[in-house]
Amino acid sequence: MKNLRVNVDHVTRVEGHGNIVVNVKEGKIEECKWEVVEAPRFFEAFVRGRNYLEIAHITSRICGICSIGHTLCSLQATEAAMGVKISEQTRLLRRILIQGENLQSHILHCYFLAAPDFVGAPSVFPLVQTHPEVVVRALRMKKLANDLCDIVGGRTVHPITPTVNGFTKLPALQDLKETRQRLADAGPDLEATLALFKTLKIPAFERETEYISLQSKEEYALYDGVIASTDAGTTPVENYRSWTNEYLVPHSTAKYTKHVRDSYLVGALARFNNNHAQLSRGAQKAASELGLTAPCYNPFMNTVAQVVEAIHAVDESIRLIDQLLDRGLKEEDRRILLKAGRGVGSVDVPRGILFHDYAYDKNGVCVEANCIIPTNQNHANLQKDMEALLPQILDRPEEEIRLSLEMLVRAYDPCISCSTHLLKVEFV
Amino acid sequence: MKPKIAFFDFASCEGCQLQVVNLEAEMLDVVGAVEIVQFREAMTEKSDDYAIAFVEGSITREKDIPRLQGIRKQASILVALGACATIGGVNGLKNFQPLDEVRRYVYGEKAPWYDTFPARPIDAVVPVDHYIHGCPIHKAEFIRVVQSLLLGKKPEIPSYPVCVECKRAGNVCVFELGITCLGPVTRAGCGAWCPTYRDNCAGCRGLVPNPNLNAEKEVLGKYGLTVDQAVNQFRLFLGYSEVAK
Repeated sequence: MKNLRVNVDHVTRVEGHGNIVVNVKEGKIEECKWEVVEAPRFFEAFVRGRNYLEIAHITSRICGICSIGHTLCSLQATEAAMGVKISEQTRLLRRILIQGENLQSHILHCYFLAAPDFVGAPSVFPLVQTHPEVVVRALRMKKLANDLCDIVGGRTVHPITPTVNGFTKLPALQDLKETRQRLADAGPDLEATLALFKTLKIPAFERETEYISLQSKEEYALYDGVIASTDAGTTPVENYRSWTNEYLVPHSTAKYTKHVRDSYLVGALARFNNNHAQLSRGAQKAASELGLTAPCYNPFMNTVAQVVEAIHAVDESIRLIDQLLDRGLKEEDRRILLKAGRGVGSVDVPRGILFHDYAYDKNGVCVEANCIIPTNQNHANLQKDMEALLPQILDRPEEEIRLSLEMLVRAYDPCISCSTHLLKVEFV
Repeated sequence: MKPKIAFFDFASCEGCQLQVVNLEAEMLDVVGAVEIVQFREAMTEKSDDYAIAFVEGSITREKDIPRLQGIRKQASILVALGACATIGGVNGLKNFQPLDEVRRYVYGEKAPWYDTFPARPIDAVVPVDHYIHGCPIHKAEFIRVVQSLLLGKKPEIPSYPVCVECKRAGNVCVFELGITCLGPVTRAGCGAWCPTYRDNCAGCRGLVPNPNLNAEKEVLGKYGLTVDQAVNQFRLFLGYSEVAK
């Protein structure tokens, strides 16, 4: 009978600090645990007392990789609290930004963080020697996505221009035109990406769970919509608390969540399962070529769903930029009337559905805050997947078991910096 | 032999390491000029044999201290990467609230599980050789610092305020747009990033040497801020420094 100890102290190629702990004695699994050990940062506590114009800049700093998503979600919550209705121009620009972030984040994860496992490399750096054309292509696509975000947001990491009720500065039409051309020229890179990920052997593993994402009648939802679940239909974002049900576990500095079952999954795979019919034609074709069909219960396929969404992001960015070019851009009055109130925002960011919830006093000073992060919502599901996967692979060599578990963690594309700072707030 | 470099992080958003990954075109040159031996965000292979350590993040709990001291002991050159590491950054905002209450607000009755102390920059714990300021860092500045270190030179960073770069960029002063700005006392080097996009400078690169703080407070006052509001504006990134106290 087998004895096994796996202790991956800080899983690499993920954002933030998490450990895998496995202990098997005489064939019996005594411990199988996903631990989050990131230093807590307490954002919800320290935004209190800050001015409404600063809140998005502060909460952007929850996470560098997801900073656009946090910024937009934060602005939505503030605008909801103040009763502000944004213009169609602002909504278009924000939807371009979220597509840009999705594209850059997915390319980073698929190529740099996930792919090395499939070719037996410890990181992307050795691939610079062995597969230079792949690395150069990934960098080129990432740069395109980052340039798109720079043009609209002023900066990809911690964007500058998005603000309450608009943008501090609008992009130049000429820059948008040039970027549109580069997006249109990205076809061969997307084809090559599709071809590459078709060759990767995704581990066969299934565990059905609940899948939660935003949903919208208008489009494949990222920027706004209602909360949708494969188990429970839809509900307005304001009801997020009763759908997330945060709780604490002693081995983790992040909070966990559950809804209908013991756990649920958020992210590209959840969005695909809920909203696949609204993907662009190119993205739908890619999904079928990659063997991704809804409903898909294999968490390792999240990476494949990200490839599909990357293709969608390019198509959708072109469509949105065309709308802007048709309309033209004009400076808008961003002034608002301050009022006391509470508001909830929700954006489906690269790693899944995100909620920000603030209360303000009549001077626009934040008095309560709560943020629920995609990776937090995935921790429990990842734990359940590990518990289901381990018995299926227990007869394999230790190194293979370790790698499989690490690959499972990476498939979730966890963003642990994001996940360590929940809340425990009762709004009155 | 190529110099061995390593990346580490403490309490932060990892956005400054992401800026390094986002170098894109220049990344291949960097990878060609140095040997990256540890970079958890991007690689699995790992060695503790390194000469230059880039450290992102603030120190916020007891168990961070020995880890940072270990890095200091190994590295011949230690570089603080980004505002959390250089000046404490947004993590310092929590220092102005009673920490027991902060922990309770976030973790409720389970607060005792979560160890924390006032956030501080890394030079409050160990000596730091060089600073790459900003939230996030500027990619071009990162390249300049790496180039200097490879040539064995001391990296030069500006000691004049953001206003100088802002004027050079031909921007309309954001004070004229009704926005209060910390550019007059904040260290340049970012190319007046935020004012160029018509937002205020929030001081993420730290103060210039010998800043004229009284004049800045006077200007902020002239534009309608009370002393408390002015101090509060400094707290956003500079919470650890005297100016915010």
